[in-house]
Amino acid sequence: MKTNKRPIRPSDVIDHLILVLGALLMLFPVYLALTTTSHDNVLLSKEGLQFWFGDQMGQNFRAAMFDKGGFSEQIDGTAMLINSLILGVGFAVGKIALSMAAAYAIVYFRLRFATFAFWVIFTTILLPLEVRILPSYEVVTGLGMANTYSGLIVPLLASATGTFFFRQFFLSVPEELVEAARIDGAGPGKFFVDILVPLSRTMIAAIFIIMFVYGWNQYLWPTLITTDESLFTLVRGIKQITQSVFEGNQIPEYGQAWALAIIAMLPPVLIVIFFQSWFVKGLVESEK
Amino acid sequence: MKRAAFSQPLMPVALLMPQLIIIAVFFYWPAWEAVYSSFFLQDPFGFGASYVGADNYTRLARSTEYGKVAGFTLFFTLVVTFLSLGIALLLAVKADKVIRGAKTYRTLLMWVYAVAPPVAGFLGSLLFNQNIGPITDLFAFFGYDLQIGLNYNDTAFAMITVSVWKQIPVNFIFLLSGLQSIPVSVREAALIDNQSGVRRFWDITFPLLAPTAFFLLIINITYALFDTFGIIDIMVKGNPASNPITLVYKVYTDGFRGNDLGGSSAQSVVLMVLVLLLTIMQFRMLERRIHYT
Repeated sequence: MKTNKRPIRPSDVIDHLILVLGALLMLFPVYLALTTTSHDNVLLSKEGLQFWFGDQMGQNFRAAMFDKGGFSEQIDGTAMLINSLILGVGFAVGKIALSMAAAYAIVYFRLRFATFAFWVIFTTILLPLEVRILPSYEVVTGLGMANTYSGLIVPLLASATGTFFFRQFFLSVPEELVEAARIDGAGPGKFFVDILVPLSRTMIAAIFIIMFVYGWNQYLWPTLITTDESLFTLVRGIKQITQSVFEGNQIPEYGQAWALAIIAMLPPVLIVIFFQSWFVKGLVESEK
Repeated sequence: MKRAAFSQPLMPVALLMPQLIIIAVFFYWPAWEAVYSSFFLQDPFGFGASYVGADNYTRLARSTEYGKVAGFTLFFTLVVTFLSLGIALLLAVKADKVIRGAKTYRTLLMWVYAVAPPVAGFLGSLLFNQNIGPITDLFAFFGYDLQIGLNYNDTAFAMITVSVWKQIPVNFIFLLSGLQSIPVSVREAALIDNQSGVRRFWDITFPLLAPTAFFLLIINITYALFDTFGIIDIMVKGNPASNPITLVYKVYTDGFRGNDLGGSSAQSVVLMVLVLLLTIMQFRMLERRIHYT
């Protein structure tokens, strides 16, 4: 007898099993970090990691957010959260502004040294900050920008990934639009603000998400350039927490430490989940 | 290239200037400094430097320690790349196939993209913790005493595990989007021609996915070389001497802890050349990719 319903085959079960296992593999470490934040330190030291939730979560998160810590005892989780936001948003906005302007100049203007500018800018994609970290540190320190927000953000902007992306996008915008705009008497400023920016809205959002996550997650550069604890970001603070958890002599403050780690990963994770389709589109398109 | 639309001479210069200035100051200047100081030997007390020619490079080539770090970097890069690509490919193929819950699986398998490498390393140091870590307990159950941060091989194992975990989502996202861009007509034709799912995968899907995979190969090598810095820094816990480290980590420790500016710069230059070669490879792959599609 034929039925319209597709029968469940054994291979379907295996497919789902593999996917569920994969999802659990991804979730498990973070789940354990969460249960860790819900117990007190004595219990964790005595009985090892707990696989179920206790009742100390509120207490540990409160301590992570509002207890001042670090070597100088002058920064709490809230201040680090604000620093992370400044770095993430500052980096994303700076990147978008710089790269849209540069891409607009390269694509839409008659420019004698356009090819030269193109290559000067695009060479930067080749060498990540990590390979020139020491001289970058010396240059930025020499300019007196150590322990400032601009010293934290601006050197990270010296890469052309965004420019490349917007150039590709502008090239895909139909040429008739700019011709029509010129016939109507619109100058370059008006064309940019009234036509190009509205057209790029989705692209801007996608790039913003990717760049925000990238900026928020920066570690090596903030570690070097901010020694003043009031400028620590959450991700930078992880190093300090590691030292206090693993190298102290008393009972380690596991709960509070992992509460802070959870706070450090939550904003970028939530943004990526909620704006998933934009994010995936931006990521896949930008690498083309 | 698009036909240039506007001919105002000053406006494009003004638009390009901010980006060019930042790149000149924070990219070209430091890159030049790295090349320049790789030919000098810094006085350890900071009193000037003397020109030593290619000495820093020959010192590197002869150094057994550098050789050991380079060897580990190669091993680490290969293992992380192939494990994370392999696992992601399996998950992407399955996520592309299932109908029920496809969106939920996609979300659950990609969110780790947003976790910072040092935070991933921190999670790893919880799982592999000497006193309370469940993975340490699991190994102890089988009679093995896992000692992260103390035993070279154990730390390497933990670092690789965390680095693979962190990299699966990126590969998953790209492979899934690669799979979804295979036209339905091609899939249906393959389905008619061949009943075996395994054969269909290797004969049709895999070759069509190859350009994405080549491109991901470069992405993964770059990740293992550079982006794993945070994972390593957290997991070696400030004790790199007895633990496995990668080349980038050595640039950092020699430059900032060992105050060996010349040696560190020479290492930077070696890495720059390595990245340049990788990028040239990537561009070649991209050219080939255009022919495919």
